[in-house]
Amino acid sequence: MKTEITLTINGEAVQEAVTPRTSLADLLRDNLRLTGTHLGCEMGSCGACLVMLDGAPVHACLVLAVQASGHTVKTVEGLNESGEIADLQQNFYERNALQCGFCTSGMMMSAQALLAANPGPTRDEIRDALSGNYCRCTGYEAIIDAISATAAQRMTNAGEAQ
Amino acid sequence: MKSPAFEYMRAESIAAAMTAYAEADGDAVYLSGGHSVVPSLALRLQAPALMVDLSEIPTLSGISLEGEWLRIGAMTRHVQAITDPLINKYAPLFSAAAPYVAHPAIRNRGTLGGSLAHADPASEFPAVAVAIRTELEIASPTGIRRVPADEFFLDIYETAIAPGEILQAIYIPVPVAGQVIGFDEIARRRGDYAMVGAAVQAVMTDSIVTDMSISLFSVGDRPTRAASAEVALQGRVIDNASIADAQAALSDDLSPTDDPQFPAHMRVLLARVLLGRVLSNLKVVA
Repeated sequence: MKTEITLTINGEAVQEAVTPRTSLADLLRDNLRLTGTHLGCEMGSCGACLVMLDGAPVHACLVLAVQASGHTVKTVEGLNESGEIADLQQNFYERNALQCGFCTSGMMMSAQALLAANPGPTRDEIRDALSGNYCRCTGYEAIIDAISATAAQRMTNAGEAQ
Repeated sequence: MKSPAFEYMRAESIAAAMTAYAEADGDAVYLSGGHSVVPSLALRLQAPALMVDLSEIPTLSGISLEGEWLRIGAMTRHVQAITDPLINKYAPLFSAAAPYVAHPAIRNRGTLGGSLAHADPASEFPAVAVAIRTELEIASPTGIRRVPADEFFLDIYETAIAPGEILQAIYIPVPVAGQVIGFDEIARRRGDYAMVGAAVQAVMTDSIVTDMSISLFSVGDRPTRAASAEVALQGRVIDNASIADAQAALSDDLSPTDDPQFPAHMRVLLARVLLGRVLSNLKVVA
């Protein structure tokens, strides 16, 4: 039996009827065609499916769509359109911090949350923040470089704005 | 992997949740953060007819000081153990352990109550609960009772919570003067399951141990108090000699079995190394 849910996704009110077993990731990808959220392991290990739920990264494969009813979701499409990760994306591009790109949307979520909580993270802190994000292409160093560079730029920009 | 089909109910109260569970004749599962239940469904380890979602029940949330006890609602997220000032102050061992629990995104969603109720013998929070003499408040259809952590964990994934009952809060005695804590684990990768872990809380009076509580995890079927090691330290200064005696005593406390990853004697060896590290780095909290 399907359940009616209402939630906000990337700023838009969404109403859908879903079966209870439908994960938030499947709702996003299959029902709404927001395919920037990737599905790897579907058991919370790989971090490819991270989305912002009420402002914090969570595994969309481990949250049921029915659980997200009444809550606010932001996917990589939302972060992209708002421009809030444009610098992060540029730094990933410049430092070859992605190859196949499968992990990248999850990396964006973890990096964005880290920099919001800790604007000047050390490389170890970045590594720790990415501990739940698998990348099988880059060996991580370039990703840490890109996040570190973004942090430095944001701090410089914040300093100039004051 | 996709979950099998089930019905879903978002409970508005503990009473409503327990009624729904009873009406499903026990063919139901309670959901809090869902970070153990949902993967278990995807892996088809269980297939309940009904999922009762507890996450929006107001009485399961909230962190408050009640006299000599800190009450933590079962639905408190792991991340709050890091960020909440009351937990930082009154349950600092939970705060010390939280960064070791899985990864940031998991901690945003997983709950303290869910972790304790799940009772994975490799998980950090159950060991902390034992070390700091937590009491667990369980709601049943006939009333509410509080169970000391020592009597709560019964076996692998098995606790004093009977089918249909709900863990609703965690009660932590607030720190006393001279209290020190320590937490560490040995894992192959950050966020991975610990090969062995240790949570320690002690009270020092004039540098002498007057109370010692050592709780190890990933060493057996549940969090394990190292009673002999505790006795070895009682009434003594923490120095190389007393630490060595505590390390030696661990062979009386632990009887792990060989497992596919590594032999039992290696686990005891790692426990000794880890206990030495933790005892050498105890931090004063009150």
